[in-house]
Amino acid sequence: MTTLQGSSASRTGALGATALPAAALPPDLVDAIRDEQSLRRFLAGLPGVDPVGLEQRSAGLATRSIKKASKLAAIDLAISMVDLTTLEGSDTPGKVRSLAAKARRPDPDVPGTPSVAAVCVYPDMVSCAAEVLRGSSIGIASVATAFPSGRSALPIKLADTRLAIESGATEVDMVIDRGAFLAGNYGKVFDEIVAIKQACGTTRLKVILETGELGTYDNVRRASWLGLLAGGDFIKTSTGKISPAATLPVTHVMLQAVRDWYDRTGERRAVKPAGGIRNTKDAIKYLVAVREVAGDEWLDPFLFRFGASSLLNDLLMQRRAQTQGHYSGPSYVTVD
Amino acid sequence: MTHLDWEYAPAPESAAIGRIKERYSMFVGGKFVDGRGEDLKTVNPATEEPLAVVSTASTADVDTAVSVARKAYDDVWSRMPGAERGKYLYRIARGIAERARELAVVETLDNGKPIKESRDGDIPTASAHFFYHAGWADKLEHAGYGPAPHPLGVAGQVIPWNFPLLMAAWKIAPALAAGNTVVIKPAETTPLSILVLAEIIADADLPPGVVNILPGAGDVGSALVNHPGVDKVAFTGSTAVGRAIQASLAGTRKKLTLELGGKAANIVFDDAPIDQAVEGIVNGIFFNQGHVCCAGSRLLVQESVADEVLAKLRARVSTLRLGDPMDKNTDIGAINSREQLDRITALANVGDEEGAERWTSPCPVPERGFFFPPTVFSGVSQSMRISREEIFGPVLSVLTFRTPDEAIAKANNTPYGLSAGIWTEKGSRILGMASALRAGVVWSNTFNRFDPTAAFGGYKESGFGREGGRAGLGAYLQEEN
Repeated sequence: MTTLQGSSASRTGALGATALPAAALPPDLVDAIRDEQSLRRFLAGLPGVDPVGLEQRSAGLATRSIKKASKLAAIDLAISMVDLTTLEGSDTPGKVRSLAAKARRPDPDVPGTPSVAAVCVYPDMVSCAAEVLRGSSIGIASVATAFPSGRSALPIKLADTRLAIESGATEVDMVIDRGAFLAGNYGKVFDEIVAIKQACGTTRLKVILETGELGTYDNVRRASWLGLLAGGDFIKTSTGKISPAATLPVTHVMLQAVRDWYDRTGERRAVKPAGGIRNTKDAIKYLVAVREVAGDEWLDPFLFRFGASSLLNDLLMQRRAQTQGHYSGPSYVTVD
Repeated sequence: MTHLDWEYAPAPESAAIGRIKERYSMFVGGKFVDGRGEDLKTVNPATEEPLAVVSTASTADVDTAVSVARKAYDDVWSRMPGAERGKYLYRIARGIAERARELAVVETLDNGKPIKESRDGDIPTASAHFFYHAGWADKLEHAGYGPAPHPLGVAGQVIPWNFPLLMAAWKIAPALAAGNTVVIKPAETTPLSILVLAEIIADADLPPGVVNILPGAGDVGSALVNHPGVDKVAFTGSTAVGRAIQASLAGTRKKLTLELGGKAANIVFDDAPIDQAVEGIVNGIFFNQGHVCCAGSRLLVQESVADEVLAKLRARVSTLRLGDPMDKNTDIGAINSREQLDRITALANVGDEEGAERWTSPCPVPERGFFFPPTVFSGVSQSMRISREEIFGPVLSVLTFRTPDEAIAKANNTPYGLSAGIWTEKGSRILGMASALRAGVVWSNTFNRFDPTAAFGGYKESGFGREGGRAGLGAYLQEEN
């Protein structure tokens, strides 16, 4: 595969770097990324999403009643799927070290509490998190590519990505160029993802669609396929800096996209809703959607994550309530 | 890579909330009285265990009920100002809402439908029907039936077992709002929720005789609709019974509305929102175990997307959870009766014999109770019985078409005409199809959505007359100019 818009000085390196080699793609998907016109036709040809029907189904799934052993299992799974996040201008080494320590041992008083999947920080904070997490299995995710707006040139985005990886990031969360997407310049968005993916090498890449800026579910579906075709290991809803961030219906569309991708290619890609998921009840609704839209195989931190900060403490409190039979309150979980 | 094997723990609603009594009686003249008919035992279709004993009406009880309804009409209800009638209807609406959880449990135990449907669908919509019609009671002169429309008198109403309380609300609310009194017969297999409604009506202090409820079998219904004291007959049920009622009422003064069977076409074009169309197909035929007269029982899918739609449909149907209707996570409950289960089974077998390809959801089926797993027949042609006869169960017949004209021709090629669905992202096609389809309700990019403000009713052998909305009032009013 080559870049869709041809190579230029600023786009060198964006060659053949998808998670799945183009040769393994079915012929119609190879055709879809032949050139910019093909990509545009493919994305425009995706079936539309009817908002009323989507939201109805999504609300219907949210009425599943999850209790007892099933709830405890869901809480543990949700904890193990958290990308514990701090993305503030005010982040300091102390704050990041504290967060990383929490990621390792979310609930020091209760042995057996799973650790989270990863911490998620800005590139300049990666080395700081890496010190604390060395020797653990917890991932270090770094946002990159002029997060959160993505408004910069590709060389700067690539440099941002390299900084993250050289500092020890094991996962990169990039943002797509929403301006280019909304202008219909799908090739530019595609090429940037391909370029970043190549800069990532074996580091897993999360492609943030920033669905709150895309406006329609049709666009969410197109952006999801764009991210998958360009080689994103994850498609991720949001930066957390725009409202609305993750919603159930949007996540539903993205789960359907990875399911459809699997049905066509045999390969499972991951989904990460981020922002706005604050309590256990909400997290469980997402897990129900994962199970019933994508399938049981996606109930795995490798294939589904929550981008969250305050969610973790609610999960811990609910976990204590399930295992100890009573609520303990926010004073018993750590504030980091 | 190992994923979590995550099962939902059972989440059963408590049967005790239904406060099911050992014995229920008729409701006549504002009192609960035993009828002179033979007692009937109603069973829980999910367990086949008896739920309660219900006293039934005899022909003499029909006489009594019609005469107290007449007296209530003459002395009280027809003279009462509309605003006052409205207050009673509001009270009943609130009563249903207040006892919603209890009613949902009663409905699910007696009918077999999943608790999530009775809880989120039947009961709130029944309450909404009373709220909606309460608002009309003092505004009838603005309803488009002349400056001073009159009520008709005593309405004799017969309702089916698929939405016991909701059908009662559809029938009673507009009749009362318009100033009529009511004698109503619930279905033999589902008499309980309407008798809880009777308690709510009694608690609302509705004048005695305005609503009378006579449980019983078809003979009670027949005596009721043929009673000379009845001015208006409203029936929801099978086309065969509807036809018999229309024949027996011919030449009488009685006004008649019928809401009968259906074999609705759910039409999916290649430019449809496919994932939501799949949802709509599922909702169209598997909602309420397919016991829906307007069910989308014939899927007409454009040939160019048929394989894709069928693959997605099978995957989606496989996720439906069939089982204990009282479990909040159950999507498909029990078939209402042994008789209906036998009928569904027999017609599905005919599908096999006719050469259609049967696919059955791999879901586990409980050993006890009346259950039929979601079934999809593909390769169905217009000539097969499974594409012509109403199965009234969770069985979908899939046919294909090539052009919009062919879709219209096939969709209309049925004696029925209750509902239809159109799935396309193209607005002009929706409008064109909707005007070409001979069906009373046409849904576009959705299915099985009901609202008290929207008229519902059929074309052809699906019946006549409308229920709901302004049009529905016409069935209970005499236009006066």
